Amino acid sequence: MTGLVARILPAGARGSRRARYLVERNLLVAKTFWPTIASGFFEPVFYLFAVGIGIGRLAGEVTGPGGLPVPYEAFVAPAMLASSAMNGAVFETTHNVFFKLRYGKIYDAILATPMQPADVAVGEITWSLLRGGVYGAAFLLVMAARGLITSPWGLLAFPAALLIGFAFSAVGMAAASFMRSWQDLDVVNLVTLPLFLFSATFYPLDVYPPALRALARLSPLYHGAELARALTLGVIDAGLWVHVGFLVAMGGVGSVVAARRLERLLLR
Amino acid sequence: MATPLALRVVEAEARVYRRVWKGSVVTSFLNPVLYLLAMGVGLGSLVDRNLPDGVAGVGYLAFLAPGLLAATAMQTGAAEGAWKVMAGFKWRKTYQAVLATPVTIEALVLGVLTWAGVRVLMVTMVFAAVVVVFGVTSPVGALAAVLPAMLVGLATAAPVAGFTIRVDHDAGLTNLFRFGIVPMFLFSGTFFPVSQLPELLRPVAFAVPLFHGVEMARWAALGLAPAVSPVASVAYLLAWTVGGTWWAIRGFRRRLWR
Amino acid sequence: MSVPLVTARGLVKRFGDFVAVDGIDFEIAAGEAFGFLGPNGAGKTSTMRMIAATSPLDGGELRVLGLDPAAEGSAIRARIGVVPQEDNLDMELTVAENLYIYGRYFDLPRRVIRRRIDELLDFAQLAERRDARVESLSGGMKRRLTIARGLMNDPELVLLDEPTTGLDPQARHALWDRLYRLKRRGVTLIITTHYMDEAEQLCDRLVVMDRGRIVAEGSPRDLIARYSTPEVVELRFRPEVDVGAPSRFADMAQRVEILPDRVLLYTGDADATVAKVEPMEELLDGFLVRRATLEDVFLHLTGRSLVD
Repeated sequence: MTGLVARILPAGARGSRRARYLVERNLLVAKTFWPTIASGFFEPVFYLFAVGIGIGRLAGEVTGPGGLPVPYEAFVAPAMLASSAMNGAVFETTHNVFFKLRYGKIYDAILATPMQPADVAVGEITWSLLRGGVYGAAFLLVMAARGLITSPWGLLAFPAALLIGFAFSAVGMAAASFMRSWQDLDVVNLVTLPLFLFSATFYPLDVYPPALRALARLSPLYHGAELARALTLGVIDAGLWVHVGFLVAMGGVGSVVAARRLERLLLR
Repeated sequence: MATPLALRVVEAEARVYRRVWKGSVVTSFLNPVLYLLAMGVGLGSLVDRNLPDGVAGVGYLAFLAPGLLAATAMQTGAAEGAWKVMAGFKWRKTYQAVLATPVTIEALVLGVLTWAGVRVLMVTMVFAAVVVVFGVTSPVGALAAVLPAMLVGLATAAPVAGFTIRVDHDAGLTNLFRFGIVPMFLFSGTFFPVSQLPELLRPVAFAVPLFHGVEMARWAALGLAPAVSPVASVAYLLAWTVGGTWWAIRGFRRRLWR
Repeated sequence: MSVPLVTARGLVKRFGDFVAVDGIDFEIAAGEAFGFLGPNGAGKTSTMRMIAATSPLDGGELRVLGLDPAAEGSAIRARIGVVPQEDNLDMELTVAENLYIYGRYFDLPRRVIRRRIDELLDFAQLAERRDARVESLSGGMKRRLTIARGLMNDPELVLLDEPTTGLDPQARHALWDRLYRLKRRGVTLIITTHYMDEAEQLCDRLVVMDRGRIVAEGSPRDLIARYSTPEVVELRFRPEVDVGAPSRFADMAQRVEILPDRVLLYTGDADATVAKVEPMEELLDGFLVRRATLEDVFLHLTGRSLVD
């Protein structure tokens, strides 16, 4: 595995110990904003309550993984976990990275030191994962408290959320390197909003006609939501590896592109 | 005759908008389409199967569409009152430039909020057109729903502008959205009747401007009897608009006239 | 003397407990270029903002163009031009659009605005960048655009707050040249600066400000004559040398200033002073003889340097 990584990643990205200095830097900045960061946890919780007390009672039971009927709230909650991992990762790596890249000129200062572009890429992705991981863990606790995790497999929903965060962070980082203006950030929303709404998050795919179902299966968030849902509801089968494989591949390709692009952008 | 000072501000805002309209038009069109498809049609198919008599007597798509129209007006008003204002006095400092001209602080605030109203009108008109295409209501019904939505937009933009001018960092705005706008969006009767809220929270929903907008929009579009008399709702929303404007002017004066 | 354009009596500005402007008096006549010289924090910008009718007074009296800024701020602002310290251009708009919108704030007819834009873009040497986004301009170009914007309403009085701070020497000279032209056209200029060369270049008359007060007033030449000797000998000692007390230099010059990095000898006869310095030559890294500047005036009046 390491050998493979070594061949795929550009030279600078391997064994990038210096990346942790960037994480440390972001942590220092975060210290001044910690109440805001901590409060980020509430947003998915509000959504979960809206589903639990409101929409869930309207929708009743739906067909969950393995064709079993589940309460609507138990169906949607893992998808919320996945979407909030996606949204957090995408926001952190597009808006924030774009700002640092184009306006804050923060990376220019960082790269005047022994830090390499790949350290920056790895550092930002790691940071995004740390942050997402904290939110994910907190959200899972809320789910458990509401009785929405019905199987010990649910513990694995935490690494699943990290994997989703990784896949979207890497791609978000790569995307940020192509952006030129704030208007381009609107495009990001135009991608994440349909993903959020149509990836089997709010209702099972069987609502769609067959052609649309095939399309929805291409959505990375679909794979994330299905994975998380199977784990929290404890419906495990070998098919889950497809979801895992999809997200790993996406994160890998995104990382390589991000590191290469940053190298080109920053070492001119 | 001299152009009123506030209108000069509106004209300038419109000029700036001409530079950025493309992105925002796409968003204001796609947002309703995507939300109505996903929540109204997709989730709606589950709801309608579960509740054959409908929600409040209508199908879920019909229930949702006017509410979402009002909620979108609130979000547009909030965005205009928040990020735009913060850019004006802090990031770009264009307000300071404006105030070096004959434009006064009162005129600046009125101009900014008038423009916010124009933006809300644009977004809700597009939304209304989409609602008609989805077959939820007649063009007349959709247009009638735009009026209360406009009021919600203004009743949000004014106090949000007043809040924004008083905060020093955009983290304050993040929290305003997180703990103000988002919960209002979710719990003001847009997605499900407020009667489903826990007993304690129901009076809170009645205090939220959006709730009144949602009720009136549903009444206008579908003829559903509102929970509060529309006269009272209009008066309530106007009170938020006028009070918010007054509060914003005071805040602008404190921040920019010193 | 004609009726002054600006009159201030006992002007005060406070921010909480901090007194930014501490009861100052001045008069500015039509057609003159008037300067506020002082270090950062001297109260120059606060004074400018009160004159521009964008900041309320906390005490004293102020008349601008014969009007009261508290009651007739809008009317005053209609007739003056303001160039703030920090460029607050609209980054999303082009160069010409920035001028257009500003002209509309003054309610100028579109026809007039179009003509003014052409004139001012020529004046600011930005005609080729007319349709460029402001974001893409260099610092000097942005500054010239901000100045052009301040001239949209053909003002009788133009306020320039630190017009060249942060610009490279070439851009500064280009800007000074534009300001000269304005002055020749009879426009009254009020300039704040902490650069003495700028004050010397541009101002007919200036006041020196320090900690919210005016410490001296006059033309640059007057001030130098009054508060300094015509010439200055600057000595730079080797790092290991102990400079010693001012009395050591007492017989070499009329006045001595010991700064951290050099010693200034103020003298009417530089040749005589240099002759007296020669015996200590091996203690020195070097010395130079120069004409006195406003910096020396400031040092004499406040005991501190202008730019630290």
